[in-house]
Amino acid sequence: MSDKHIDKISGVSTTGHEWDGIRELNNPMPRWWVWTFYATIFWGLAYTIAYPAWPLLTSSTKGLFGYSSRAEVVQDMAAADAIRGSYVELIKGKTINDILADETLRSIAVSAGGAAFKVNCVQCHGSGAQGSSGYPNLNDDDWLWGGKADAIQQTINHGVRFAGDGQTRDSVMPAFADVLDRKQIQEVSSYVASLTGAAAEQSNIAHGAVIFADNCAACHGADAKGNRELGAPDLTDAIWLNGSGEAAIAAQVKSPKMGVMPAWGDRLGETAVKELAVFVHSLGGSE
Amino acid sequence: MVGTSIDACVSMTQTFLKTGAQMQDQSEIIRLEADAVNSARTRQPLYAPRRKIFPKRASGDFRRFKWIVMAITLGIYYLTPWLRWDRGPFAPDQAVLIDLANRRFYFFFIEIWPQEFFFVAGLLVMAGIGLFLVTSTVGRAWCGYTCPQTVWVDLFLVVERAIEGDRNARIKLDAAPWSFTKVATRVIKHTIWLCIAVATGGAWIFYFADAPKLVADFVTGEAAASAYMTVAILTATTYMFGGLMREQVCTYMCPWPRIQAAMLDETSLTVTYNDWRGEPRSRHAKRMALAGESIGDCVDCNACVAVCPMGIDIRDGQQLECITCALCIDACDGVMDKLGKERGLISYTTLNDYNANMALATAGGTRPVNPALVRDPDGRLSSKVAHISLRKLFRPRTLIYLGVWSAIGLFMVYALLTRNRLELNVLHDRNPQFVVLSDGSIRNGYTLKLLNMVPRQRNVRLSLTGSLPAASMSMLGSGNPEGGAFDIELEPDRLKTIKVFVRQAAGQAASPLQEFKFIIEDSAGGERADYTATFNAPETAQ
Repeated sequence: MSDKHIDKISGVSTTGHEWDGIRELNNPMPRWWVWTFYATIFWGLAYTIAYPAWPLLTSSTKGLFGYSSRAEVVQDMAAADAIRGSYVELIKGKTINDILADETLRSIAVSAGGAAFKVNCVQCHGSGAQGSSGYPNLNDDDWLWGGKADAIQQTINHGVRFAGDGQTRDSVMPAFADVLDRKQIQEVSSYVASLTGAAAEQSNIAHGAVIFADNCAACHGADAKGNRELGAPDLTDAIWLNGSGEAAIAAQVKSPKMGVMPAWGDRLGETAVKELAVFVHSLGGSE
Repeated sequence: MVGTSIDACVSMTQTFLKTGAQMQDQSEIIRLEADAVNSARTRQPLYAPRRKIFPKRASGDFRRFKWIVMAITLGIYYLTPWLRWDRGPFAPDQAVLIDLANRRFYFFFIEIWPQEFFFVAGLLVMAGIGLFLVTSTVGRAWCGYTCPQTVWVDLFLVVERAIEGDRNARIKLDAAPWSFTKVATRVIKHTIWLCIAVATGGAWIFYFADAPKLVADFVTGEAAASAYMTVAILTATTYMFGGLMREQVCTYMCPWPRIQAAMLDETSLTVTYNDWRGEPRSRHAKRMALAGESIGDCVDCNACVAVCPMGIDIRDGQQLECITCALCIDACDGVMDKLGKERGLISYTTLNDYNANMALATAGGTRPVNPALVRDPDGRLSSKVAHISLRKLFRPRTLIYLGVWSAIGLFMVYALLTRNRLELNVLHDRNPQFVVLSDGSIRNGYTLKLLNMVPRQRNVRLSLTGSLPAASMSMLGSGNPEGGAFDIELEPDRLKTIKVFVRQAAGQAASPLQEFKFIIEDSAGGERADYTATFNAPETAQ
């Protein structure tokens, strides 16, 4: 700094910073700039007093305005609920078929039902409602207890084989290991597998058909198309809840797996169940 | 303890020095070139108060041109939102409207949806290159004529002059002690300024909503809180920047001067004091001439300084503060006219011309400026003096800028005229990717977004094409009939979302991943849009 450089043209000293021969003039800053700078410092301090900021030992200062982001979220949620409220009332007052007929209400119910599905149903039916072995896929067109909107609503309301609900969907398939011998089970399994054109032991089929008519047709029907009153699955289609093929069928005949679904009516309330039913109905496989 | 020992040390040293000095001859002491860094002689203030500027009213060609530019730019700003443009019953009838709530931008016959924002980006690119073009050609013309800061400061100065008088009256008033008259004048001036500021802030919000409705809502207190906020903020900034801060904004706050200065070259026009004919300046020209002294054209009347809204002296040379408003040219031309000399002592000049003329006046830089060298014996300016001409403005650099700027403009116009007003976007269901139905057929789900970007209802036909054998389609919500094509009604200027299921019969899948196309076609003929989608099937279904 000892060799103070003075710019010849302006007569102002330079800061000593130089870029490619260009020097920075050491002009004084405008006074308003300095005041603005002080004002921002004051603003910064005032801000920490007006709003929650300073950490204390176990909490923090609350601020003069009493602002809290949590309270703001609660307010926003209340505002959103108020907007939703009118639609919830509408959905509450209408039957599920009325809702399906009204495009606006249907899309709102699908959104609400989709949200409820993600919380309550995905654990068994999967996030895409695609199910898995033993848990039905809700996208397809095969319905154990009926695929019409009100049938779906009934199933969700009261559950399947759910002990706590008097109106639950209920049926039991006997364990045929106690009724049929091993050979007979083989034969009837081969017959059932052959219904869908799957690989089957041909020599078993004739006997199997007789065993089926005697033991299985009562529930699954003489044509093996199933019975929705009893939740008896259609054995002639491409959808197998507990696996396809002779071996899987034999296992099911011997000692059947039967799904259980809780009744949701009491837990979620009528409106939420209605929305869920609309959502499931809108997945594309319903009737 | 420490303090004591240091004191002892110092006193020892002093004693030693004293003894040493006594031992030497005084003349042998060398004077060192040393200076305290904080001595009062060289100390500069860290900050300085603002020096008030009282620009005098100028008159002349450039001032007239600036009035016209001011009228046009302010006219555009205040009146545009009130222009109407009929778009039918389904779209607003405001010619220029930025409809943030519905995410639409209307500009006369053009309607821009958010996904077409690249048009706005293109305009910004054009604005950038336009700035290069203008600055490299005519210097800081943006600053001097069209910058809102310049225009509003000009407007505020008109008010100031009308209320308080021209330069001298204002200086007198400013220096006068506070009196009733002074307070009254000031109150009137600031009130009018505030009215202008409110009108400025007020006009801004009309670009974002229907102007006639908004003005009614605004007055009756029913407009949105954001409208009042915006007006309040813009009123404050207009009043502050245009009325109070003025040249401080340009000098200290604005980045443009720095950027523009970097874009000038030796062939750009800048407002220049031609000292090759002005110097040596003298207030006593006649006496000097009689004495046989060589004198320039500048009579040092300071008219150029008095009119300058930035408060600078252009005769000090090109400087950062100069916004090239050319008012000093007007002022000087007026004086030259009175003196019977050629105009252009201060003029728009390129650095090249200036250097050539300077070389002429100094005989190639060998002597001080001698105005006699640029004049013929009859006293007129020599024909060797370089002047600006239109031809000098056309040079490779400006032509390239002009070319790029025009090319982008033409491409945007082409894109605008040929763009599609019907669009289709498809989202394939990913969970589940496919569904096996009871008859073994495979089903995929798609969410289709159909964009009808014109303000009238249209009927389109949705169909499938491509290599997807034995496929049919169904639409959710309408009783799910299956078919190959559907007629869909599109509301004016709206996006319609529909859910479509595509089903392929069992055993028909050629691969787990098949491509096909959704097509929508305006039933009235004309526009169509398609989207290539994929159809997933299980690995085992082939």
